[in-house]
Amino acid sequence: MTDAPVLEMREIRKTFPGVVALDGVDFALRRGEVHILLGENGAGKSTLMKILSGAYQKTAGRITLDGEEVEIKNPAHAQALGVATIYQEFNLVPHLSVGENIFLGREPVRAFGLIDRRAVNRQAAEVLGGLGLNLDPRRPVKGLRVAEQQMVEVAKALSLDARVLIMDEPTAALTEHEIKELFAAIRGLKEKGVSVVYISHRMEELFEIGDRVTVLRDGRSVGTFDVKETNKFELIRLMVNRDLTELFPKEHAERGAEVLRVEGLTTRGGLKDVSFSLHKGEVLGIAGLLGAGRTELARAIFGLDKLESGSVKIKGETRRIGSPRAAINAGLGFLTEDRKAQGLVLPLSVKDNLCLPSVDKFTSLGFVDAKRERGAAERYVRELRIRTPGLEQKVVYLSGGNQQKVVLSKWLCSEAEVFIFDEPTRGVDVGAKAEIYQLMNRLAASGVAIIMISSELPEILGMSDRILVMRAGTVACEFDAKEATQEKILECALGE
Amino acid sequence: MRARGIGLPANFFSHYARQLGTLSGLLGMCVVLSVATPFFWTVSNLLNVAEQAVIIAVVAAGMTFVIITGGIDLSVGSVLAFAGVVMASVLQAGVPVPVALAVALGTGLGCGLLNGALITVGRLPPFIATLGMMSVARGAALMFTEGRPVSGFSGSFRSLATGEVLGVPVSVVIMVGVYVVAHVVLTRTKLGRYTYAIGGNEEAALLSGVNVRLYKAAVYGISGMLSGLAAVILTARLNSAQPIAGMMYELDAIAATVIGGTSLLGGEGTVVGTLIGALIMAVLRNGLNILGVPSFVQQVVIGSVIIAAVLIDMWLKRRAG
Repeated sequence: MTDAPVLEMREIRKTFPGVVALDGVDFALRRGEVHILLGENGAGKSTLMKILSGAYQKTAGRITLDGEEVEIKNPAHAQALGVATIYQEFNLVPHLSVGENIFLGREPVRAFGLIDRRAVNRQAAEVLGGLGLNLDPRRPVKGLRVAEQQMVEVAKALSLDARVLIMDEPTAALTEHEIKELFAAIRGLKEKGVSVVYISHRMEELFEIGDRVTVLRDGRSVGTFDVKETNKFELIRLMVNRDLTELFPKEHAERGAEVLRVEGLTTRGGLKDVSFSLHKGEVLGIAGLLGAGRTELARAIFGLDKLESGSVKIKGETRRIGSPRAAINAGLGFLTEDRKAQGLVLPLSVKDNLCLPSVDKFTSLGFVDAKRERGAAERYVRELRIRTPGLEQKVVYLSGGNQQKVVLSKWLCSEAEVFIFDEPTRGVDVGAKAEIYQLMNRLAASGVAIIMISSELPEILGMSDRILVMRAGTVACEFDAKEATQEKILECALGE
Repeated sequence: MRARGIGLPANFFSHYARQLGTLSGLLGMCVVLSVATPFFWTVSNLLNVAEQAVIIAVVAAGMTFVIITGGIDLSVGSVLAFAGVVMASVLQAGVPVPVALAVALGTGLGCGLLNGALITVGRLPPFIATLGMMSVARGAALMFTEGRPVSGFSGSFRSLATGEVLGVPVSVVIMVGVYVVAHVVLTRTKLGRYTYAIGGNEEAALLSGVNVRLYKAAVYGISGMLSGLAAVILTARLNSAQPIAGMMYELDAIAATVIGGTSLLGGEGTVVGTLIGALIMAVLRNGLNILGVPSFVQQVVIGSVIIAAVLIDMWLKRRAG
């Protein structure tokens, strides 16, 4: 292992319209090291790696590979430069064999352009053997275990003579034993002089496989450390220690009677025995990493995913919620994470969107009473100060914050008593954020109960009365908001 | 925004520009044909055009519902033929005309609901489900009649095509009635609202409590039922129900709908536009016939008009968007 960096990224900046995703990140990778990239959701890890793999173009900064400055134009270019990426979603063709996948697009050919199958299989077997893998190159990929498919990806990267291998959460779907196999293969790669950038949330893995670690926070690099010379507490502190620049105008509403009680909720989608209760006027924050089961919980309560077992009680009464309609009738409202894909019917008007869940209220004998509907829509446009030229404006033309208010109005209009907010302020500008927080306060004050799922810890800490932390499909910890800190939540979410 | 001052909704122009555009296209064609030939702009010829438009227009009204949900119904022509021969045989067995009409509409509705069930419960893509039904219904019509037409009906049944109300053919009155009802349903009822919502964003509609399966199945039912109604008119007009009737009608109906400004992606469209689209197709055919354009050339012209209409529509949309 030499100290000369194989890759250097300097002062990397990346801006999207209205957002600075990376604000001058430095990152250096030595030959034959496993370098862990650590950071909260949204800290910039993925953006940085997407720039390196050619999926995004950097706004500013310099990248040098083996001392030579490069402009990475696209993913194919990155591959040609020896930078290979293994995404969480594999890029394999299920119906082709292992060998065909490894050499896809650059098959060895014989006369007349026919593919030399024997050469494909022989060379594939060599690469796989080099990884210490005994996998038949003729097997179709679709019959392989997830871990085996991942190794095919690794083999593909190796056969491309990759110098740098990026692995994004490679162990997320693996069993304990498969992780051991993967780590053995990674150690083999190191010996061959391949450098690995390893993105993971799992602390224990970091100390097992990593040589060095770089922590990102809010689009900046906070520091790079030798894994041996640091510890998890220091790393967690570095990940979360930030200024609370945003204002959380939390007002504590009076806590009333219990409105929702969830017991032993289990779904095929990955929820395991989730139980909690929710009171009038309360904001229950739900924290956790991506994939911890937060959105699945919301979907299950809202009747989108079938329950394997467990029950949902509303105001003490057990309700069988098998569809969103039943959930709405039971007094639930769901503000989804992806406003455009799930929250709004973009080509329809503000009024039609706003009244969609409660059309029944305005309908008699199948006919919609447009006048009453317009009255209701006008009221919410006024009360929530939705900036729109008119009720007939298509929501697609509204700004993000105003769209979010239309979604909120949908559930006000349907007189929901329990609001589920999934990432309520994602993609919303700072001013609109504060307004949405104010609305949450008003809702709580009026006796509505709120479940707020969020990946932003300051938001969770700033707006919740009580906090549940989810991990691996279940509730791992519960905190009173007064006792909770970012460190405590993150520790619990990471499984420490 | 510019329209706020005069009390119109902000998107008034973008909302109606398309239909006004299609309408001016129709009127422009009429002007050109009136100048080109003295035979076009006569009462008898215009009524003739309307009568020619009726069958496709009625089918296209149902097609519009389906396409607004983001789907497609390729089976309308075959369902028309099947509903026609079933009705014809019960008529010849001597059942009263109103019962026979109910049989025709019911047969169409049944086929349509079966399409709907395959799409919602069976989760088949609409293209595949209705492609299958297209073949099944056609085959059923041929089996049912052993490939022969069923001809010869009572005067009271035939008056559905030959009769007049205040000088207007009954079939044209039926068509106008269908469009009035369809327009009201689309713009004023829950069914209409949900039709647009499902086509605009099925997931958001589901999350807003819309019973997506039910309403999706319903629009295919409507499409099938209107195919049944078209079968009644066609059978009365020809005094014969043919198992090979309605070939390629699905394409004309889709063309009329798309010329009328309904987006194949769903979520947008009006039956008013579709009616104009169906009239454009009929005027075009009629005009080309009067002008003596050979039928092979006619096909080229009609196809080109469809492509041009959609190109212009998309261009206008991009500029507005």
